[in-house]
Amino acid sequence: MSIDKKPVTFMLLAVLAIMVGTLLTTFIPLFVGTVVPDTDKVIPYKPLEVEGRDIYIREGCNNCHSQIVRPLPFETARYGPPSTLAESAIDRPHLWGSKRTGPDLARVGRKYPAAWHYQHMKNPQSIYPQSNMPAYAWLADAKLDRRYAEKKMKVLGYPYTTDDIKVLEGKTEMDALVAYLMRLGRELKP
Amino acid sequence: MANEIGYEYDAVKGFALSSLFWAIVGLLVGILISIQLVYPQFNLTSWLTYGRLRPIHTNALIYGFTVPAAFSLFFYLVQRLGRVPLAYPGLARFTLYIFNIAIVLAALSLFAGMSQSKEYSELEWPLDIGVVILWVLFSINIIATIMKRKEEQMYVSLWYILATVVGVAIVYIGNNIAVPVSLFKSYSAYAGANDANVQWWFGHNAVAFVFTTIPLAVFYYILPKSSGAPLYSHRLSIVGFWSLVFAYLWTGAHHLVYTPLPDWIQTVAIAFSIFLIAPSWASVINGYGTLNGQWEQMRSNYLVKFIVLGITFYGLQTIQGPSQAIRAFSALIHYTDWVPGHVHMGTMGWVTMTVSAGFYYMLPRIYNTEIYSIKLANLHFWLVLVGQLIYSVTMWITGIRQGAMWQAVDTDGGLVYANFIQTLTPNYPFWNMRTLGGVIFFAGFLVFVYNILQTIRNAPAAQRA
Ligand code: HEM
Ligand code: HEM
Repeated sequence: MSIDKKPVTFMLLAVLAIMVGTLLTTFIPLFVGTVVPDTDKVIPYKPLEVEGRDIYIREGCNNCHSQIVRPLPFETARYGPPSTLAESAIDRPHLWGSKRTGPDLARVGRKYPAAWHYQHMKNPQSIYPQSNMPAYAWLADAKLDRRYAEKKMKVLGYPYTTDDIKVLEGKTEMDALVAYLMRLGRELKP
Repeated sequence: MANEIGYEYDAVKGFALSSLFWAIVGLLVGILISIQLVYPQFNLTSWLTYGRLRPIHTNALIYGFTVPAAFSLFFYLVQRLGRVPLAYPGLARFTLYIFNIAIVLAALSLFAGMSQSKEYSELEWPLDIGVVILWVLFSINIIATIMKRKEEQMYVSLWYILATVVGVAIVYIGNNIAVPVSLFKSYSAYAGANDANVQWWFGHNAVAFVFTTIPLAVFYYILPKSSGAPLYSHRLSIVGFWSLVFAYLWTGAHHLVYTPLPDWIQTVAIAFSIFLIAPSWASVINGYGTLNGQWEQMRSNYLVKFIVLGITFYGLQTIQGPSQAIRAFSALIHYTDWVPGHVHMGTMGWVTMTVSAGFYYMLPRIYNTEIYSIKLANLHFWLVLVGQLIYSVTMWITGIRQGAMWQAVDTDGGLVYANFIQTLTPNYPFWNMRTLGGVIFFAGFLVFVYNILQTIRNAPAAQRA
């Protein structure tokens, strides 16, 4: 009777124990649609924004910045209305984050003009002398790698036109990143 | 200490040394990123910026230090507890080479910014496949050795080893399903809130199956062995094991409190988080019970000291963690430095202490010698203890401070510290203290590595290979 004499049975039971919570709280909600937001409300990403988002991921901005506003009064006073499921509905991967070494960025696209971001990304200390954010001046000199732009749109399933792809010509990585930042807070159709 | 059974220790030794090497790399990066948080001019080039280095720190210490430490200790434990040699020693050596190649590639890819961005799942898809292959190679050896064991009953440590084998496989694969765009880039198969939910199901169970079941397997073996006292309660360890393995998987959404993820998933996660105190403390009580009447060993036996402090930090960690899951407390400390304080009490206090005890016990035995210096082991103990306490305590203080400043509103409901920078700069003195704590911890770790290397050097020549 004693299962600690039967390693295979033991392992199968362990898998079973592991799968109960796994399925009920994580994988069944995926498929039965408990967590399905209304994607029709979302404005799809443009190729330039996708490239910018990939640079955000490459540089690991999410290690210091969250993108999610909690429904708490002090938080909405600082960052705006609580985040909804729809706002991140088409985001693969999500970029909600878990640490705020810097402020939340969920709505930063509505807070500053693009020019502010160009300056801030180049030299954060020129705006906030006490900031600890790294300077990303080199992004302005790096030409955007366009090789996968179309493939990315296809994999992500966002609609695009050849003109959208043409926009990338001559753009720098900084242009793409700022385009992405300017989108934050403007995900939903009016 | 004759080896009539023909125990195979090559891979045990190799993984132990790899683990120490990658720990040094990971700790140095930890110190660097801690400095960068106060002195941004230390972000020297693109591949040395904080955003790229932080994942290198976490991956180096999870996959470069803790995982190979487990490979080493588990390859030892399955042989000793089954009283049989390792099933496939050649395969184990092969696993060792592949492992070190994979870690080098992993580090290079993270320096280059190739990242899936999900915490502890940053490695891109070709490396994920490598990790899975490595895990399968490791598991084959573990399972096959257990299958042909001579000792019919599997001791508690073997249960935790088997749980680690299946647990890591399930959560790692589950979270890394992605669609490739190129060799170096992929997009998660999940979107938005679903992706977040899968990620933190993984994230918390990386804690479960790397930072919990691995040290627990070592703890249950080393404590009775080093103290000479029998395990306090077998029944308690059975109940503790099964409830832990069952409950951990429900709790991931405690990382997503107050997000738009449906409330019921959050609430279930919070409830199970609180329940987790019980199985966690089953091990703590088993540890203290085992030493009942033998507490003078805390003074006379350095191994007992490491193990007892380790399980004590585990006990504190598993009360602090569930408290963090509660909505009101999460509202205050989530996103602040309180959380790295929590993380490092667990990793520097519980995981590193326990792995150190495991190596101090195991390595002299397989090299057929004595530990080089107990004095140095004691010095190691005090340095890592003090370093960790400085780290955790300073982060708890500044975390609460920053959380409170974010929350502060005046009588009209306006923010008192409307500019984020006002809440950031008071972190600086605490982050400097953290760097100091990290340097002290690192010094302790170097003493440990030196002590181990000297032990190996003093071993009879035949054992050193
Ligand atoms: C009963 C057991 C535990 C529970 C319920 C628990 C709970 C939690 C919670 C709620 C958080 C999220 C805090 C936040 O972001 O607001 C957290 C973070 C974390 N905990 Fe624990 N904890 C437990 C034990 C442990 C142990 C033993 C370790 C070992 C090192 C550990 C390591 C971590 C890590 C690495 C994180 C950081 C995750 C991240 O944000 O990247 N925890 N824990
Ligand atoms: C010299 C000692 C160490 C130093 C100075 C150090 C420093 C740091 C720093 C600065 C961070 C980033 C905190 C933030 O996001 O604000 C971090 C995160 C982390 N470290 Fe360490 N660390 C050390 C040791 C360790 C060890 C021994 C381990 C594991 C065995 C570890 C595992 C982690 C993990 C899992 C995180 C992510 C925490 C989270 O997501 O909240 N660290 N560390």
